[in-house]
Amino acid sequence: IRRKRRSKASHSPLRMVWICIEAVLDQMRCKTMKAGFEFNIMVVGQSGLGKSTLVNTLFKSKVSRKSCAPDYEEKISKTVKLHSVSHLIEEKGVKMKLTVIDTPGFGDQINNDNCWEPIVKYVNEQYEKYLREELHINRKRRIPDTRVHCCIYFIPATGHRLRPIDVEFMKRLGKIVSIVPVIAKADTLTIEERQEFKERIRQDLAANGIHVYPQREYDEDPEERILNNRIRENIPFAVVGTDKEHQVNGNKVLGRKTKWGIIEVENVAHCEFANLRDLLIRSHLQDLKDVTHNIHYETYRVRRLNESNLNFSELGLSAVPLENGTADKCESDSHL
Amino acid sequence: KNELAMDKGARPLSLSGHVGFDSLPDQLVNKSICQGFCFNILCIGETGIGKSTLMDTLFNTNFENFESSHFEPQVKLRAQTYDLQESNVRLRLTVVNTVGFGDQMNKQESYQPVVDYIDRQFESYLQEELKIKRSLHNYHDSRVHACLYFISPSGHSLKSLDLVTMKKLDSKVNIIPVIAKADTISKSELHKFKIKIMSELVSNGVQIYQFPLDDETVAKVNTSMNGHLPFAVVGSTEEVSVGNKMVKARQYPWGIVQVENENHCDFMKLREMLICVNMEDLREQTHTRHYELYRRCKLEEMGFKDTDPECKPVSLQQTYEAKRQEFLEELQRREDEMRQMFVLRVKEKEAELKDAERELQSRFEQLKRLHADEKAALEEKKRLLEDDQSSFGKRRAAAQLLQAQSLTANGKKDKDRKKYVHVDTKAAVSSEQ
Repeated sequence: IRRKRRSKASHSPLRMVWICIEAVLDQMRCKTMKAGFEFNIMVVGQSGLGKSTLVNTLFKSKVSRKSCAPDYEEKISKTVKLHSVSHLIEEKGVKMKLTVIDTPGFGDQINNDNCWEPIVKYVNEQYEKYLREELHINRKRRIPDTRVHCCIYFIPATGHRLRPIDVEFMKRLGKIVSIVPVIAKADTLTIEERQEFKERIRQDLAANGIHVYPQREYDEDPEERILNNRIRENIPFAVVGTDKEHQVNGNKVLGRKTKWGIIEVENVAHCEFANLRDLLIRSHLQDLKDVTHNIHYETYRVRRLNESNLNFSELGLSAVPLENGTADKCESDSHL
Repeated sequence: KNELAMDKGARPLSLSGHVGFDSLPDQLVNKSICQGFCFNILCIGETGIGKSTLMDTLFNTNFENFESSHFEPQVKLRAQTYDLQESNVRLRLTVVNTVGFGDQMNKQESYQPVVDYIDRQFESYLQEELKIKRSLHNYHDSRVHACLYFISPSGHSLKSLDLVTMKKLDSKVNIIPVIAKADTISKSELHKFKIKIMSELVSNGVQIYQFPLDDETVAKVNTSMNGHLPFAVVGSTEEVSVGNKMVKARQYPWGIVQVENENHCDFMKLREMLICVNMEDLREQTHTRHYELYRRCKLEEMGFKDTDPECKPVSLQQTYEAKRQEFLEELQRREDEMRQMFVLRVKEKEAELKDAERELQSRFEQLKRLHADEKAALEEKKRLLEDDQSSFGKRRAAAQLLQAQSLTANGKKDKDRKKYVHVDTKAAVSSEQ
């Protein structure tokens, strides 16, 4: 007979003299740095919206497929194909395997009906791969994670509203993956036009029940809600991308040079690239992965297990007596 | 060894500027801080060996402790959970103590409750993991991360109970052996004792927890610590004044044993290894090695395989469907069996009842016959009696007639003859008989 008792400390934590529990944080840091991180990002949008450039700018290197495939042809493909390319990048000892998934052909056809289907299929295939690995008897120590952690959706800077293709895509994909919508090539909008456009987009999103990242319902505590509310008030981010550097006031900056001026990409007064970068990489990267793993993947798993009627508890899993001393009987016993 | 680089098709790429994902470990750590950590320690040792005191000393606090009796009929485990906090790190600590270990006359089954407890925690986690709707990231992990095995300071060698128990546990939990009450052993005896213990463990194939050497930052200190195992510890929550400080110590007439003095005992080494350096590794080993082993064995036991006899990959669904079919068939079979048994029993009962009925019937018949026989016999006797009566009546009538005739023939001699005839009649009757 065992007694499991929560001490009164459940309500008021015991404070104690320093014995170095904090050291566990460093231990954790060491282990994760040694193991490295994986991050998979998908870019979706019509040709010519600057997807490759943006991803290259985000990661300050030629990570997009366009830049590194030697046989890449600038041709509009007849169907939506998905291509992924992976790179190992490292910064201050932190190693990351970055995979960029490109979707050429999306939105480029005359008839774009169901153009999201190959994308939905791809996303679900990655969940399926992971699920199978997880269900193996002999599991890998570390299951390779190819699931899409973030999908950047490029909205052309029309200045009006969301188009039907935008709504349809985000509606469907928003349920299975974290979507971060951005306004592409935002240097064609003035600040006022940009604000109005963003407001209309937010209205359209709300009207169609589309939840983009960071999703309101996944906020874990009031602090997080406040932080995320601020982000939600500013999406979609209006971005400009480039890999060219120019001299501005004696400093080298990333920018697009035009006859009427230089658009500094990392200047928050010019565009919101820095906000996007901060969100995706510097503050919420781990959260994007967690939401994918704890919510989107779990949702997929529930659906799959229900579909195949895989209910392990039916088989009377436990043969060992449980905590309260009664053996977990086979369903058959109670049935009989 | 960079695990990521083993993936095919990922080329290294250099960055031309600061991207910012170097904050990833911090992002991860911050999430863990929000969620809090779990750490579960199991202490195995004889009653009174100092398990509770050592826990109090390790965590610098007073856990609620009970002195156990030496008369427990069986080994039990007592688990207590505490919420500790140090600056912004919250730790949910569960301390599990054995109660009555080593007290019984027959210690053959002493290890079983411990093994069962550890398995139960694995089972609990496995069940959660296999649920359809599960919440693993909120799950209170109760799996045992570290097992402190308390060795009695005999100075000679391990007891057979120690060897048997540790052997049963070494594939299920990270075992860290400690020598308890080390202040009863002299330095030279201690050194010999440690060597003896380690060699006994090795020769019996007991796999104790090795402090990990793969991380350069801690490899050096871990290597040195591995050489000091088992740690000789002394626990105390009482403070004694030494010099101008108050230190945790045990005061004897012949001196003061200071718990935190590395010359006196290995307590500080234990604290450093268990908490400061390797807590995360203990948790990781429990999850990736011990738990996976349990899971694999459990699923294989239930008949799940990754590949079928021809080594083609078997989908879990196929196996599951097959198992489920088997299970349903078994259910059906047992149902049919029960039904048949029921029918049989009914028949048997019916037969029994019929037999009983028949028996009653025959007995009834028998009684009836007996009764009839008796009646016939009685009738016969009655008839005989009646016959007797009638024949007697006839003879009396005949005798009277004779008497009357003789009376009329010899008139005078009447009086005399009456008597004589009367007597004679009787004689005549009796002679006729």
